[in-house]
Amino acid sequence: MLHSTLFYISAIVMLASALAVVLSRNAVYSAILLVLTFFSLAIMYLLLEAYFLAVLEVLVYAGAIMVLFLFVIMLLNTTREEAMPKLIQLQKAASLFLVVIFIFGILLLIVGGTTELHQAEVISTVGSARALGTALFTDYLLPFEAASLLLLVALIGTVYLAKRKM
Amino acid sequence: MDGLSITVMIVKVLIVFAGVMIGVMAMTLAERRISAFMQDRLGPNRVGPKGILQPIADGIKFLMKEDIIPTAAVKPIYILAPAMLIIPALMTFAVIPFGQTVTLFGKQIALQVADVNIGILYIFALTSVGVYGLVLAGWSSNSKYPLLGGLRSSAQLISYELAMGLAAVSVIMMAGSLELNDIVAAQQGELFSWNICRQPLAFLIFLIAVYAETNRLPFDMTEAEQELVGGYHTEYSSMKFSMFFMAEYANMITAAALTVTLFFGGWDIPLVNEVSLGFFGGILSVMAFAVKTAFFLFLFIWVRWTFPRFRYDQLMRLGWKVLLPLALLNIIITGAIMVFTA
Repeated sequence: MLHSTLFYISAIVMLASALAVVLSRNAVYSAILLVLTFFSLAIMYLLLEAYFLAVLEVLVYAGAIMVLFLFVIMLLNTTREEAMPKLIQLQKAASLFLVVIFIFGILLLIVGGTTELHQAEVISTVGSARALGTALFTDYLLPFEAASLLLLVALIGTVYLAKRKM
Repeated sequence: MDGLSITVMIVKVLIVFAGVMIGVMAMTLAERRISAFMQDRLGPNRVGPKGILQPIADGIKFLMKEDIIPTAAVKPIYILAPAMLIIPALMTFAVIPFGQTVTLFGKQIALQVADVNIGILYIFALTSVGVYGLVLAGWSSNSKYPLLGGLRSSAQLISYELAMGLAAVSVIMMAGSLELNDIVAAQQGELFSWNICRQPLAFLIFLIAVYAETNRLPFDMTEAEQELVGGYHTEYSSMKFSMFFMAEYANMITAAALTVTLFFGGWDIPLVNEVSLGFFGGILSVMAFAVKTAFFLFLFIWVRWTFPRFRYDQLMRLGWKVLLPLALLNIIITGAIMVFTA
């Protein structure tokens, strides 16, 4: 009862704030609303007993990445509301295509997906820090290393861009 | 959950909340009195015996003052910003164990509001969210000094959060758990089993980072009054202004309590087995925790009135080029020792 009430509240807040992120013309408001979206997502994780993921969501996305976003927005000082840029035709088609794929994927999960993953015990082992760490360094070592390589490349690229003029 | 455990929970929440708020009041007075003694002055000593009612007088003054909202301010965010700072500041204490488990009315009561298995990450998550209050207060004031203060704070807090987290990682490695109770338990026993003896380098990094995280001197770049008037809170007045200060002191109390928990054995008293003393041991452990926390709060004030402020580029260099590599080195050394002695 309490669980489902909390779920509906956080789901409504999440969807509304996510929609507002896209519709808001002011970049700072968008950033704040995105933080609110992350928080409601973290509550979703908490309801699934994935505490570790919930805290990481807040720590990494809300606490670090979005602060940097806000930092950049404030530095550029885009306080005045920007006019909505015209969407390129290709952009429209591509986004529509992706939306269709996304909805199809969700439908596929609802219709044909296993119910196994929805059990709390399974999720709580997935969500615990120890289980996650073990899985990352054994079964998923290659994707994990690939992701770290990607981050390293991005890091080198950033340094190059920042220091090019020097 | 039965009725009794809900009552116990509510009482615990109230005790922790009241404790933090009383601590905040005491800190505002302690800061002024101690700084006065350090500068050979008397400090506020007129309200009540020895001036102990000064915080109440301050509170009344803040409530009665006119609440000014600048015309150019972004109103909703300007009003929300102090709340966005103080709410995480008051929430963080929830996971810190402030005493050993006591048995009361035949029931085991853990002296901790919420025993979450990722306790330390919860604290880091909430402190990292607290920066929004500062940044948005600076931005929404729509004035140059607050904006500079807000920008500085976002860069500073992100830089030092990394060093702070990595310093804590070596402690987590020793305890093998993210739970603060386990970290306290891992430090019990012998005389030199506190993490300050096992992890002196991590303690030093953590302590420096804590001063930057709580925006205290020598790292109070966000409100450096000689450069930025008042920093992020320049435009604020009345109760909103005092909320920034309450949040700062609440953050300091949590930071001091966290330092004690991670490096000074939490509520542990060396060479005393508190558990065997029963309820009396419980009281003793709470007192030990309070005394240790009070010492670190005093250290905050002591440092503030002793050290000059860092320059902004020095602050960044210290964070990224000194503290971060040292913290990583410490993790590698800790890992190596753990592997070879296991």
